[in-house]
Amino acid sequence: MRDSRTSAFDHASRRTDRPGSHANRLSRTHALAIHAVLLAGSILFLFPLVWMLSTALKPLDQTMLMPPRWVPDPVQWENFREAVHYIPFFTYARNTLTIALLATLGTVISSSIVAYGFSRIEWKGRDPVFLVLLATMMVPFPVTMVPLYAVFRNLHWIGTFRPLWVPAWFGASAFNVFLLRQFFLTIPRDFDDAARMDGCSEFGIYRRVVLPLSRPALAVVALFHFMYCWNDFLGPLIYLIDQDTFTLALGLQFFQSRQGGTPWNLLMAASTLVVAPVIVLFFFTQRTFIQGITMSGLKG
Amino acid sequence: MTNRERRNLRNGLLFISPWLAGFAAFTAYPLGASLYYSLCDYSVLKPPVFVGGANYQELLLDPVFWKSLSNTLYFAVFFLPLATVLAIALALLLNTGVRGMTVYRTVFFLPSLTPLVALGILWMWMLNGEYGVVNYVLNLVLNPLGFQAPIWLQSTAWSKPAIVLMSLWGVGYAVVIYLAGLQDIPRQLYEAAELDGARWFAKLRHITLPLLSPAIFFNVVMGLIGALQVFALPYVLTDGTGGPARSTLFYAMHLYNAAFRYLRMGYACAMAWLLFLIILALTLLVYRVSRKRVHYAG
Repeated sequence: MRDSRTSAFDHASRRTDRPGSHANRLSRTHALAIHAVLLAGSILFLFPLVWMLSTALKPLDQTMLMPPRWVPDPVQWENFREAVHYIPFFTYARNTLTIALLATLGTVISSSIVAYGFSRIEWKGRDPVFLVLLATMMVPFPVTMVPLYAVFRNLHWIGTFRPLWVPAWFGASAFNVFLLRQFFLTIPRDFDDAARMDGCSEFGIYRRVVLPLSRPALAVVALFHFMYCWNDFLGPLIYLIDQDTFTLALGLQFFQSRQGGTPWNLLMAASTLVVAPVIVLFFFTQRTFIQGITMSGLKG
Repeated sequence: MTNRERRNLRNGLLFISPWLAGFAAFTAYPLGASLYYSLCDYSVLKPPVFVGGANYQELLLDPVFWKSLSNTLYFAVFFLPLATVLAIALALLLNTGVRGMTVYRTVFFLPSLTPLVALGILWMWMLNGEYGVVNYVLNLVLNPLGFQAPIWLQSTAWSKPAIVLMSLWGVGYAVVIYLAGLQDIPRQLYEAAELDGARWFAKLRHITLPLLSPAIFFNVVMGLIGALQVFALPYVLTDGTGGPARSTLFYAMHLYNAAFRYLRMGYACAMAWLLFLIILALTLLVYRVSRKRVHYAG
């Protein structure tokens, strides 16, 4: 287990600059055929995003032309200015960021502390308890949804952000604990012993030895949890009541359903504004992203 | 117990204490409570009233429940195999060593980043009956042949295929996992097979697929669990109604509506427990079927 975790990481980081397995044996016609298929596929996969942007930049009457107008003319950038008022974009963005940042911070801190307890300290009963943690990953959300709602209702938390971020501070994401534990197991024990000789406490070892060595894994956890919060729909749908507390995902759906037959150009502009930050984030963190997916995928 | 063991136990418990508290409050208690509520008439506004197996009995006689279950299984049955084949095919193409692999990989991955709400709204527009760009292109081909493109989300026959199609657009995540799996297959295996005169298909069948089987197993199980709980996309497309004529009313949506539209929380808990059992049973089935075929190297 320990070795496979390191290798998953090494492979992920080596992957980008490693040539494919059959590179030199591909004949020219073969390579051309493969490019043709991949290009056709790329067009199909990219087109919806391009169409979203194209619609977002059109005057309303041009969205309803048949045959469609592929390139907007004139390019109506004002749609974006209008869209951020059409759905109160900045309010929703602030709500989403507040929840996502609080939850992400909580997840990184709590799941790393818990993962430390499950990997770097040997205590009686550790492994059975860890199995319980793994088993909680099997429980589908709908099973606990109603009692959780009842608990938060009794705490008078419904309509606030708290149900959406407080659980993250209690290691609620078992998968992240699992991921970090696997990573912590790959850090050599000698480091701890050396620190312990110098009089370092257990918490000091966690803080000064293990955490600094685990930055790549912590980055993966942070990134994925942030994305999860940004995209989450069911949580906000259940817990948020007032329009001005809505997140982007919930707010976008709310406005779409309100408007029925619609100013599609503004809806597409608003959707673009919800999608774009994720894509920008991806381009800045591509390596961490690919690493994270590989890490979660190779050891299920 | 030695001093050291005692200290370790204390430290260990101290470190996992956030999780212990969270587990008790957000998992263990809700699990027990949910099982109890499933045997109660419960609206959250008033204390639960014990009614025994009445919720389960009502569920089994409720045609809407069966409709939502069959819709969900329909989605899983079509989506999972299509997604698996498509993702593996794309990964195989990407792994041939063509130039620009990382660019193509990014292109196929991007759609899977789209938040489901935005994805739903975008596809509603693309599949729009009047001004949708998809039908415009389809009709260019279909009309001369005497056919008409379907009205997708307005049609009971085509609404589920439309959702399968949209979900397939997000297949890039699995492609990245398969690609990583493919790149871990030692090249010597292919070289040895080629010496024995193995052709492309023989190599695929006897080397690639067996060595990729752990990744396939992982993706199929995760995909199955996700498909049985599909919620956000159909909710956005139909504003929670599951129309037309309940053709997109999926299990988790019916459950959500029972709990939060009609405040039938006990009934919803009974549905949730049945879902849990269905997921466990199907996961076990996949595990059983694949046990002999999944090959873990090293």
